[in-house]
Amino acid sequence: MTPATLNPRLQEIADDFNAMPAKERLQLLLEFSQQLPALPDRYAEHRDLLEPVPECQSPLFLAVEVEPDATVRLFFEAPPEAPTTRGFASILHAGLDGLDADEVLATPGEFTSQLGLQDLVSPLRLRGMAAMLARIKRQIRDQRG
Amino acid sequence: MASEGEFNVALPYDSAAKFGEYAHPQMIVSTEWLAAHLDDPGLVVAESDEDVLLYETGHIPGAVKLDWHTELNDQVTRDYVDGAGFAALMSAKGISRDTTLVLYGDRNNWWAAYALWVCSLFGHPDVRLLDGGRAKWIAEGREVSTAEVKRPQAGYPVIDRDDAQLRAFQDQVLAHLGQPMIDVRSPGEYSGELLHMPDYPQEGALRGGHIPGARSVPWARAAAEDATFRTRAELEAIYHDEAGLRPEDDVVVYCRIGERSSHTWFVLQHLLGFPNVRNYDGSWTEWGNSVRVPITRGENP
Repeated sequence: MTPATLNPRLQEIADDFNAMPAKERLQLLLEFSQQLPALPDRYAEHRDLLEPVPECQSPLFLAVEVEPDATVRLFFEAPPEAPTTRGFASILHAGLDGLDADEVLATPGEFTSQLGLQDLVSPLRLRGMAAMLARIKRQIRDQRG
Repeated sequence: MASEGEFNVALPYDSAAKFGEYAHPQMIVSTEWLAAHLDDPGLVVAESDEDVLLYETGHIPGAVKLDWHTELNDQVTRDYVDGAGFAALMSAKGISRDTTLVLYGDRNNWWAAYALWVCSLFGHPDVRLLDGGRAKWIAEGREVSTAEVKRPQAGYPVIDRDDAQLRAFQDQVLAHLGQPMIDVRSPGEYSGELLHMPDYPQEGALRGGHIPGARSVPWARAAAEDATFRTRAELEAIYHDEAGLRPEDDVVVYCRIGERSSHTWFVLQHLLGFPNVRNYDGSWTEWGNSVRVPITRGENP
């Protein structure tokens, strides 16, 4: 099976994960979880603007903005007691925030299987990350009309 | 097979009045008790969480991590580890057959109860649940540590797993139809409303609904706001008065993969003292995908 092509930033993240032994992959995911940016005030004070992602096993909310030049901005909120969900959100943020809308839309849905986490994290959780991506893409399409 | 001899309980029981009301008070300890006994020889504390990273963010000092997905499950067949696998796992965690094992975890001890149920399939003699789990320990401002825990290797014997008493398989559940059964999933899962969201991953069952005759009692009703178990009187009101279970009933519990129902299994078996409670771990991901098994839709059993 040929892995689908990832944008360079996401590819670098996938390479980082795959370069290390299993136990350290969890540590890397933990570091991602600690780096998830906090919501800006305009969302923190208006949480109704966030879209829930019920496929995640822990509460996760996201917002997507497509700027006039098609730059995508991503915002996530997940509680500190859900570090895995935060880690997944943070990977998406690090890999996709600031890219062009077409680049984000070109991200293959199955990229979650390219992080070397299948043996460490339950399939349902990885599907949660895929669901975040699916919702991000749908919001981009909706906003572009 | 190790002989079923006398086992010396390494540590005293928690004599808290609340636990004294329960059928098996030896199966549960409070955060106060654990804090006082944390350094006792013969005790191993293990954290088992739904979130695979939570332990790494800080755990009870000295506690080892027990992961349901990578450690308690067989990695090929949909089953639990066998006797040799369990012995290797326990030994690596520094747990012996005579260890007092205290389990705790996130989400009202959901996964900790699951780990306890798996330990019970191997008949571990002294395994207890920390009332209130991880949330209560942290809420009380007790110490947590991110230090790596490496306990000395122990020699856990190879014990055959005994599925007969505590575990139900699909054919047994079919034979059990008409007898007491508790579906512990959320009301939406029970009634069979599916979240129809095109392009989004589904829960992994082709059909929605519940096993005919099963009563709906969502598992978390057994937990109070601080994640501790409700008192015996409160639990009796839920399971006896509302769900109609009688003390002598033979009960099957299920959820999606058998994790949430382990929590209810613990409540029925050890807190209320039902003699026969089996967890159907195939649960809805098996039943909802099986050909020609009966299914009921809607809010009624």
